[in-house]
Amino acid sequence: MLRFILRRLFVTVPMVLVVVSLTWGLIRLAPGNFYTGEKPIPPAIEQNLRQRYGLDRPWYVQYGRMLGSVAAGDFGISLHYIGQPVNGILASALPVSALLGALSYLLALVVGVAAGVLAALRQNSRLDYASMTAAMVGISLPNFVLGPVLVLVFALSWYWLPPARWNGFGINLILPVVTLSAVYMAYVARLARSGMLEVLRSNYIRTARAKGLPERTVLLRHAVRGGLLPVVSFSGPALAFLITGAVVVERIFALPGLGNYFINANLNRDEPLIIGIVAFTSIAVLVFNLLVDVAYAFVDPRVRY
Amino acid sequence: MSGTDAPPPIAPASDAPAPDAPVAGTSLWRDARRRLLRNRLAVFGLVVVAIVLTASLVGPAIIEWTTGNTYDSIPADRSRIRALPPFTGVDGRFSWEHPMGTDILGRDILARVLLGGRISLMVGIISTVVSLVIGVAYGATAGYVGGRVDEAMMRVVDVLYAVPYMMIVIVLLALFGGQSPLGQLVLLFVSLGAVSWLTMARIVRGQVLSLKNQEFVLAARATGVRATRIVARHLVPNALGPVVVYATLTIPSVMLLEAFLSFLGLGVQAPLASWGSLAAEGVQNMAVFPWQLICPGATMGITLFSLNFIGDGLRDALDPQMRKS
Repeated sequence: MLRFILRRLFVTVPMVLVVVSLTWGLIRLAPGNFYTGEKPIPPAIEQNLRQRYGLDRPWYVQYGRMLGSVAAGDFGISLHYIGQPVNGILASALPVSALLGALSYLLALVVGVAAGVLAALRQNSRLDYASMTAAMVGISLPNFVLGPVLVLVFALSWYWLPPARWNGFGINLILPVVTLSAVYMAYVARLARSGMLEVLRSNYIRTARAKGLPERTVLLRHAVRGGLLPVVSFSGPALAFLITGAVVVERIFALPGLGNYFINANLNRDEPLIIGIVAFTSIAVLVFNLLVDVAYAFVDPRVRY
Repeated sequence: MSGTDAPPPIAPASDAPAPDAPVAGTSLWRDARRRLLRNRLAVFGLVVVAIVLTASLVGPAIIEWTTGNTYDSIPADRSRIRALPPFTGVDGRFSWEHPMGTDILGRDILARVLLGGRISLMVGIISTVVSLVIGVAYGATAGYVGGRVDEAMMRVVDVLYAVPYMMIVIVLLALFGGQSPLGQLVLLFVSLGAVSWLTMARIVRGQVLSLKNQEFVLAARATGVRATRIVARHLVPNALGPVVVYATLTIPSVMLLEAFLSFLGLGVQAPLASWGSLAAEGVQNMAVFPWQLICPGATMGITLFSLNFIGDGLRDALDPQMRKS
């Protein structure tokens, strides 16, 4: 187990290197620069800017410097938010995104598992069809449609909830969390249902029933543990999806999270900030995937590393 | 190879010897079609997608012919440059002229939604084809060659799975985009195709692995058929079922990604429009003119819903094992 974790952590380093290098290469190959705007700037100022940000050095020096900054975990100074260190921006944006993501994932897990398990237990009942149709709607409805419609109904028509803005942990988060978690709720419900259906037909459940265990124990101790394995393994990809979804949700609800900064950084060509966010999220996704695999081994006794 | 796994009639050139000739009328594909047509939700999906597809192909021309509205026609009469609710004329009374209303420039939203549908469906289909080509070639190669090569190729796929690839797509589109609307579209096709082939590669590899040691492949090899030909003519056609199912499910997911990027202003550029960029426009005025968000949003939701049902139906139809659940 320890060897497996170490090996995976070892693979993480080249992966982050590849992702960061690819991003850096794209930024450098793209036409234009962070200071090119509507008006051309005087050559003397351009000269100064290039010198100030080290753009006058050969590309391999700049590349090396970028890699050094990633390795040191200090991504330098933002080009757009003048004078602000990227690490400071990350530190302010991370709690927003992390809270949004964690709450959404939790909500998706609770509602999705409940709906999926109930649907599986009452297969082909009206409840089953209703929850699976709802899940299909959740998968098909883009979150940038769902979010604004929820705002329209709950904030602008009924005045129940605030429409947008970050205000720490509070009712401001309800609409963004529901919007972001809708898709995962749907996926989790479908995975939980099919996983449970498969397990309920398996031999070990028949054995458990045959030895006279009460139905409650059969379900909670035996079936759920096996039936929810697909949900556990979905948790890894879910984080990558959550990051993508959060970009839109943070934009709709004007939340100062990583996704919002990421889009702005790209539009402003803020290289240190782009690199910082890409490096940070890739590491987070990789480590989280590793944690999911480790958790999987604990839940599923058949898995050995 | 069991009777239900008979080579599909789609590739009649496939000279794989059918081990036990299927009983007349129960080939896998005919059987699947029967099962698919019995699935009411899938049929509903097929009908809706057919309607949306036809409407977005011929609709804009019909609207232009009957009302003179195209997707970017701003009315010459200045009093008409205003947002009208669905089924409302300039005088505020019921009118058939704009079934989905108009936007703030007086443009017909139905025409824009249908044209946006053209772009959205085109991105969905072309990107899926790109991902299909990459995924099938990659997966089939890994599965057929096997051994170390397979190990290495699949490890690469594992690695790519964990990469937050949408971030790289955003960087790509934000930095290289904006040159021309057409260039942006091509960039979209390629980048979306390039990030959605991973699961396809895994599926094809799995199929090829289970097929490649069967007698008909051995026979082909014994008669001196080249490896590329064995893969292309014997293995891939036999793996077609899961590939078709997964490709059908890829279309809505790619369309969703395109809409997501267009919503952020990174995808389809004006004057072209897609459902995503129309929804983005609609969101800006949604408190006053909600139909500008709801019409493109609902059209997109219903289309994706139907495509997902078709995909699910196909999976149930092509995989009788799953059906029993």
